[in-house]
Amino acid sequence: MAKLKLPAPPLPAALQPKPKRPGTAERVGPVEQVKEGAISAVDWVDERTSVTGAARWMMFRKVPKGTNWFYTLGSSTLFAFLSQATTGVFLAMYYDPSATRAYESTRYLTNEVFLGEFVRGMHRWGSSVMVVLLFLHMGRVFFFGAYKYPRELNWIIGVILLVLTMTMSFTGYLLPFDQRSYWATIVGVNINGTGPIVGPFMSDFLRGGAEFGQTTLSRFYAIHMLLVPGALAALIGAHLYLVAKLGTTAPPWLKANEPQEFNRERV
Amino acid sequence: MNQREKEQYLREYSILKSQGKPFFPYAVAKDGAMAVVTMISIIVMAIVFGAELGPKADPTTTTYVPRPEWYFFFLFELLRVIKPAILTPLATIGVPTICLVLLVLLPFYDRNAERRPERRPVATTAGILTIVAIGYLTYLGAAAGSPNEIDMKVQPQYEAGKLVVAQSGCLACHKIGENGGQIGPNLTDIADKLPKAAIRRTLDNPTAPMPSFADLDEGKKTAMVDFLATLTGEPQVVDGE
Ligand code: HEC
Ligand code: HEM
Repeated sequence: MAKLKLPAPPLPAALQPKPKRPGTAERVGPVEQVKEGAISAVDWVDERTSVTGAARWMMFRKVPKGTNWFYTLGSSTLFAFLSQATTGVFLAMYYDPSATRAYESTRYLTNEVFLGEFVRGMHRWGSSVMVVLLFLHMGRVFFFGAYKYPRELNWIIGVILLVLTMTMSFTGYLLPFDQRSYWATIVGVNINGTGPIVGPFMSDFLRGGAEFGQTTLSRFYAIHMLLVPGALAALIGAHLYLVAKLGTTAPPWLKANEPQEFNRERV
Repeated sequence: MNQREKEQYLREYSILKSQGKPFFPYAVAKDGAMAVVTMISIIVMAIVFGAELGPKADPTTTTYVPRPEWYFFFLFELLRVIKPAILTPLATIGVPTICLVLLVLLPFYDRNAERRPERRPVATTAGILTIVAIGYLTYLGAAAGSPNEIDMKVQPQYEAGKLVVAQSGCLACHKIGENGGQIGPNLTDIADKLPKAAIRRTLDNPTAPMPSFADLDEGKKTAMVDFLATLTGEPQVVDGE
């Protein structure tokens, strides 16, 4: 059973541990024991799952020369999404998705609960931050031509992520059930209804009937809490898998200076 | 991209990649720094702007202006730019759907192997124009402000109706005098076009996207209709001036 070995991070020479003097005994203090224990625990899991191979493949893949700050926009979108998921869990602990109680529970959460308004604010403004980062990321991908072969499929997954994210904001806007969210959503649903052919069906589906009320709220809640976040998480997984598999693009103006043997092939 | 260009790309890419650095820790460090910036932005905005909660939703009083989240402004503004009623479905569903289809299919109609933005003039120009258009529409949506007031002199007995109209969000879609948007017909001279009873019928039973005001408090509705029925497009003579 091969013991797991972590590659040493590239530290400056001064910080690297000094090699032991020959002849001194191996120190076995508590630190070493904990380290041993942790390594064998990881080994145990790895023997049964081979998961470290995947982690290694993800973390120690190379990113091309010239990778710059524009390439952090995707991961920060992901980070904003995780922040939304976390703050959302805390909001869900207090929120009550019934037409009669929704507003009251939100008011209680905002005014009474410890840090309630802060967490609600993080969730509210986090959505703006996520949308901004999403568009910036998309702009980066567009102007770098990163949607071209072989990454077309990842672009398509990205467009679906965009639509799902906008669906999140639209459905989440109704939940506090104050005047603003209520009327904005009514107009939004009515606008949907003006669409050709499928429009009326779509607005009927969103409302959950002809009238705007409890069913609508339940429906928006289920979409906002279950359906779309699940789909988003799964598709982000697929998106990242493809990113790791295909590698991120190099900046387009970078030319590969080909090693000799490549040049010789050329005529 | 033809087969030769694809192979050429993969070959150049594998060279650039082999000359690169490992994702961990180099890219992770940048990503982490950016994550911290993201977190700080969210926290600062949460503290500075907080999370306001308006009055409770009330289907009967409709005293609120429907206003979407700011990043939907550009979709909402599209409605004002594309005015004729016949084209409304085009603005609401048509243009966004077409844009989405164009977006999904982008890798399939842009088959140019070139990736540098300055050597893809069509794609780059189209991208910049799209950004400018979305930015401009968002700006228009933000500048339209919260349309809650009507700057118009009226007889004192119609002041109540004017207030109800102003607070009911009609101005989000209708223009009255100097104020309001252009999604719906201009109401400045509505009294010339529709009799009082018809105005009332419109409120009870409107055509989408106008929301129904059938549940509005009876007194308020009467005041509203009385006020609207005085709008002839002429400046009103106010007693005592
Ligand atoms: C979401 C946008 C919207 C809101 C809010 C709205 N309307 Fe409308 N309204 C419209 C549209 C669009 C039409 C045109 C419908 C049609 O073509 O039949 C319309 C038509 C009308 C008409 C008939 C005009 C005519 O020339 O036939 C009246 C009167 C009217 N609205 C009054 C009001 C009043 C009063 C309010 C506020 C209490 C209001 N509307 C709120 C969008 C809106
Ligand atoms: C929830 C939203 C999204 C998340 C979390 C996300 C995440 C990521 C991450 C972490 C990367 C790695 C490289 C980088 O950061 O630039 C990436 C790459 C990529 N993304 Fe996204 N993304 C999202 C939305 C989108 C959208 C809307 C599009 C386009 C329509 C898109 C298209 C792409 C493409 C084509 C790549 C490959 C780029 C390259 O290899 O250089 N993504 N994404």
